[in-house]
Amino acid sequence: MTRYTVRTLLLEIALIVAAAVFISPMVVALNIALRPSGQAGSPLALTTSPSLENVVAAFTEGHLGAALLNSVVVTVGGTLIAITFSSWAAYYLVRRSGHLPRGLFMLFLAGLLLPIQLVTLPLYNTLHSLGLIGNLGGLLVHYAGSTMPFSVFLYASFLRSVATDYEEAAHIDGCGPASAFVHVVFPLLRPVTGTVLILNALAIYNDFFNPLLYLTGSGQQTAPVALQSFIGEYVANWPVIFAGVLVTVVPILALYFILQKHIIKGFAGGLKG
Amino acid sequence: MPFWFVMPALVSYVFVIVVPAAQGTGLAFTDWNGLSPQRDFVGLDNFVQLSADPIALGALGRTVVIALASMALVNLGGLALALGLNTQVKSRNILRTVFFAPAVISPLVVGYVFKFVLSPTGPVNGLLGAVGLADLKQVWLGDPHLALLAIIGVVAWQSVGTAMVIYLAGLQGVEPEQVEAALMDGAGLWQRLVNIVLPSIAPSILVNAMLTLISGLRVFDQVYAMTGGGPAGLTQSLATLFVELGFEFGRYGYAAALAVVLSVLVASFSALQFGLLRRGSKA
Repeated sequence: MTRYTVRTLLLEIALIVAAAVFISPMVVALNIALRPSGQAGSPLALTTSPSLENVVAAFTEGHLGAALLNSVVVTVGGTLIAITFSSWAAYYLVRRSGHLPRGLFMLFLAGLLLPIQLVTLPLYNTLHSLGLIGNLGGLLVHYAGSTMPFSVFLYASFLRSVATDYEEAAHIDGCGPASAFVHVVFPLLRPVTGTVLILNALAIYNDFFNPLLYLTGSGQQTAPVALQSFIGEYVANWPVIFAGVLVTVVPILALYFILQKHIIKGFAGGLKG
Repeated sequence: MPFWFVMPALVSYVFVIVVPAAQGTGLAFTDWNGLSPQRDFVGLDNFVQLSADPIALGALGRTVVIALASMALVNLGGLALALGLNTQVKSRNILRTVFFAPAVISPLVVGYVFKFVLSPTGPVNGLLGAVGLADLKQVWLGDPHLALLAIIGVVAWQSVGTAMVIYLAGLQGVEPEQVEAALMDGAGLWQRLVNIVLPSIAPSILVNAMLTLISGLRVFDQVYAMTGGGPAGLTQSLATLFVELGFEFGRYGYAAALAVVLSVLVASFSALQFGLLRRGSKA
């Protein structure tokens, strides 16, 4: 099993061919995005003189810059809220014993079972009456709640395996619960914080359903909503659409390539729960 | 430890999820149109109507088909890739990166890329023409059956890398000694897979099956991007039909009833997963 045989070589070739076919749609999209408007031809023909003309169009005509900025604000804000709120909550829920913490934990877990559609209509109305539709505030409120079940669950599962020795030592040294959390517990949670950060940031950055509902018609957009409006505006001006895709996807792919070990581990660990 | 530690999470969760979920369930028993101050309690009317509504039943059936078919594809594909990459293949790290990459991209973007790839003058038809198979050219997303297949394929394309990664983690738990002993006994590839590998990665299979099933039931972005539910509403999923009923037609009560149906489906499968996993980890 440990030697590189002819069969391994054949397997390797088969896998490389499969990977090339697998990723080809993204390559075709990139090829189109970089094609100057003058150059006609089949989408499969290689773009010979790549230009950033479409990317410029996506920014100037499609207002992609503002949308990207909104996406970053919502992603960073939502992820920070998720990490802060859920790590505090998990600390209380795991370290306190009794019916109340256990009941509350079950309440959070129940949220894992619900599809977002069940809450959509009433929440939309509530946020509307609070003036939170059409701006990023409503979206942040939404993520503050919707990220809780999974994040609390991840933190709680991890925290159960962390020994209480350090917290007890901190307590004896005169640390209050808040300061013990900040200086002792939270640093110990770093691996799971990575998972919570990656999964929430990706989910929020890539979320389309909620920004579509909360921001439509407001002039405020996140990147996926802006792309969707491109489709309407440019009908089938695929080069500009894919330039927009390129700009929104490249930061994520770059992060993925840099942090791939952590991201893949985060996915495998987090989703396995 | 003071109670306020749990307060921010609890307040936002109750405000955003718990209360609206209760309200949404309540709405399902009314005829509210979303605008008028008046809403009447209509009992089970919405559910009775749903059970006789060909559009809703079509969306329900289709959603289940998408969920089951993508579950099968993702698991077979993910397992095959994991087995292939859990070998001495030299490019395994870069290949793993490539197959997982779609998982970090937004499903909406993926939907648009494939909408183009499958468009009448797009690359797939272009390729078929170029290799002399012009007869096989199709209006892929214009035909309801082909479009449904395409949606299933795209959902699978995006999730297969995640399944692969979970299977790769599971395969680390397979005892090499057991495999070697089986080799000594002359067990073939297939026998080793069925008798040794599959039983030891059973938890990964369960996790992957349930993850893909549940996300399949919720499918929205890919349908929205690729077909918009068309042609003639024949690729509508429960989630896209919900948006159309609630936000375009203003049938809040009816849409809420549809959301309840979707919730019951998702919740039952999630609960099943939870139960099976707990049983598995105790055994």
